[in-house]
Amino acid sequence: MWRKRLVAVSAAAIVAALALAGCGSSGKSSSATSTPGAGTTGANLSGTITVLAAASLTGTFNQLGQMFQAAHPGTTIKFSYGGSDTLAAQIVQGAPVDVFAAASPTTMKTVTDAGDNAGTPQNFVKNQLVIAVPPGNPKHLASLKDLTDPKLKVVLCAPTVPCGTAATKAEQAAGLTIKPVSEAPDVKSALTPVELGEADAALVYRTDAKAAAGKVDAVEFPESALAINTYPIVALKGSKNTALANAWVSYIVSPEALAVFTAAGFQAP
Amino acid sequence: MLHAHLVVDRGRFTLDLPLDVAAGEVVALLGPNGAGKTTALRALAGLVALSGGTIELDGTQIARPGGGLPPERRRVGVVFQDYLLFPHLSALENVAFGPRSTGSSRHHARVMAAAWLDRMGLADVALQRPGGLSGGQAQRVALARALVTSPRLLLLDEPLAALDAGTRLAVRADLRRHLGAYDGATVLVTHDPLDAMVLADRIVVIEAGKMVQDGPPSEIVRRPRTEYVARLAGLNLYRGVASEGFVSLADGGELTVEERMTGDVFVAFPPSAVAVHRQHPEGSPRNVWKVTVAGVEAHGDLMRVEFHGTPPVAAEVTPAAAAELELMPGQTAWVAVKATETHAYPA
Amino acid sequence: MTQPSQQQYRRPPAILLLPAVIGTAYLFFPLVGLVVRSPWGTLWQRLTEPGALTALWLSLITATITTAVCLILGVPVAFVLARTRFFGQRFVRALVTLPLVLPPVVGGVALFTAFGRTGVIGVWLDRWFGIELPFTTTAVVMSQTFVALPFLVIAVEGALRSADTRFEEAAATLGASRWTAFRRITLPLVGPGVAAGSVLCWARALGEFGATITFAGNLPGTTQTMPIAVYITLQNDPNGAILLSLILVAVSILVLVSLRGRWIGTG
Repeated sequence: MWRKRLVAVSAAAIVAALALAGCGSSGKSSSATSTPGAGTTGANLSGTITVLAAASLTGTFNQLGQMFQAAHPGTTIKFSYGGSDTLAAQIVQGAPVDVFAAASPTTMKTVTDAGDNAGTPQNFVKNQLVIAVPPGNPKHLASLKDLTDPKLKVVLCAPTVPCGTAATKAEQAAGLTIKPVSEAPDVKSALTPVELGEADAALVYRTDAKAAAGKVDAVEFPESALAINTYPIVALKGSKNTALANAWVSYIVSPEALAVFTAAGFQAP
Repeated sequence: MLHAHLVVDRGRFTLDLPLDVAAGEVVALLGPNGAGKTTALRALAGLVALSGGTIELDGTQIARPGGGLPPERRRVGVVFQDYLLFPHLSALENVAFGPRSTGSSRHHARVMAAAWLDRMGLADVALQRPGGLSGGQAQRVALARALVTSPRLLLLDEPLAALDAGTRLAVRADLRRHLGAYDGATVLVTHDPLDAMVLADRIVVIEAGKMVQDGPPSEIVRRPRTEYVARLAGLNLYRGVASEGFVSLADGGELTVEERMTGDVFVAFPPSAVAVHRQHPEGSPRNVWKVTVAGVEAHGDLMRVEFHGTPPVAAEVTPAAAAELELMPGQTAWVAVKATETHAYPA
Repeated sequence: MTQPSQQQYRRPPAILLLPAVIGTAYLFFPLVGLVVRSPWGTLWQRLTEPGALTALWLSLITATITTAVCLILGVPVAFVLARTRFFGQRFVRALVTLPLVLPPVVGGVALFTAFGRTGVIGVWLDRWFGIELPFTTTAVVMSQTFVALPFLVIAVEGALRSADTRFEEAAATLGASRWTAFRRITLPLVGPGVAAGSVLCWARALGEFGATITFAGNLPGTTQTMPIAVYITLQNDPNGAILLSLILVAVSILVLVSLRGRWIGTG
């Protein structure tokens, strides 16, 4: 007879769960699309937004975030960094975030194809690949061809990640194939083995090599010019604070922000 | 043969027991719980280290204070109180375990095991797991398991304690046969005097870690030296100083005894030698005194009556007599014991 | 002695029913979600994609090898912790639980610092034997072993502690050396505990991600295990990732169910 009670309790629990689900879900709130203007007055800005940004933007976005929040007290910008495709996937799944800054137009396309963008994405920087090596370049690597040496341990980004796509483009442009020991899911984890001295080289962005200056040295190579990643940014439809989201986007494309980006190794879009 | 002086510090008391057992002899260690019997056994088996003394088996020293041979290198077989048959092995594999562990091939070990089980009348349960065996069967498997390794010393820890009264009778007789056939020294630990008397050639009585009496069963029973043994044997026991056929008892009172002795003595007589009367009896018995009933309990077909008095005494009467004498707690009565029925011996 | 199958099962206290249902439902609904959202139509195509099957096979092989390694190393550790007393025992016990609290990625970095080519041990392995461990399939096994070993050790230690040590005494009096007694008496008597620990170990190894992707890296065919393949696929093909996850779940359940009756003891 206790089994009957078990069935009754289970049924009650399922009904309760479904009821809760009904209460909790909400369709994506449709806010009026606003065109991001260049420079918004900071006077009425407040609240919090969440920005999803490619891992390679970590340093610069954090810095710009502090500058923005200092200029607009009462606002909070939260950041979540990762591989652009993972982030795009999260947005398409319905993650409640406000702004997306991607490391390639392809990953941005995932979001715009799903219609989650509020407005047209704007390109704000470009990034170029370099060869990251341990300080002092102990193996004296100078070109992409050097990386094809089978005795070397080279880390590439996974082909589905923007820096991986760029690396593939560069390889094709040079007519070479590099055999990596690992395909990192994002740029930061591509650098880790080099920083630890466990890998001889990694193909990463100039900005990341610069951010890790001291732990790695950056070696330029000519073929990189043929595989440059453009970074677009866009506010998202699901945002609950469109004013602040648009203000952030405008800030990122502003000259003030560009100065910060260039200092970090990015190039103008 | 075993020559040992077991000294083990157990905190509450120290076991200090000299023990010599000839080949083929069965010695029972008898004593109340906590006396140190099991400790002695474990020391002989090598499961407990000696604090002092020595153990020599067939002339080789196998233990000395703080050291000696580990159990697996001693030629000692043990039958544990709960038998400790390995639950995941069949009876046959249990018995074969010893030979296999000491180098016999699996086949050879099983042949030896099968032979022993056959000898014990257990051939048809050889493939059963211990969980499926009766108490008596398990005991025999445990014995076979210990004997198959040809030990020079056999130790049994309360071998019949786990059995019910009915099985115990048959198994005791059986065990006596097997022990008779075994040619090494045997030490058996028990708190049941009947086990000791039936199975042992010699009884060593231990109390609080010390030996208090050592002798053949008949001797122990006839001449107990402590309350404990006397109680086991069912005797009335007193201690006193003798002179000229009289014994002044240590706890008060006086008894006339048959033997002419002097000095420290024990006096013992069975409850059946005590006659109970309502009034002071007429006639010749020399030992007569007044008592009060302390308690009555059944004892087989008879009633055992404990009396307060100087000295206190226990008597055995028929239920009819108990009823006629109206023996209830508090009732006064007179007891008489003939001097010829007492037994006095040096303390 | 009562055999477990003779146990009578009493009614459970009513107050436990609701939490029990909630707990089970909490584990059940995510699985339901996966099944519902999975693109079953593309199952065959994805299964036969070279990457998926390779990753699955690699996961199964490495998890099994890891379990074997964990048994060889872990049972002695458990024995020493449960049955002996020595100086520094508390430290060893804490060490065993370390991988449980360490984030797996940190574990991966730690493995680098020990066995990488600049690592404490790795430096000598490289110099003397020319052995390089990171980014190899061996590194996958090492990563999985690092995170899964505690599960086995703790399960076996628990079983050894609650086992009756008198059987080993009996074995000793019958002439068995300590190794024979361990092999034929101690170990079989804690069989169920060892089996349970092995299952936990295998499952943990199969799902291991963070330490593996850090120390062994990600290279299809060599070090790309199923969880890593799922993560990579998640980035541009979430539905494909769902399907891969379900394949992994299905294979695990198949293996565990087929083992359960034989080794875990309760049918």
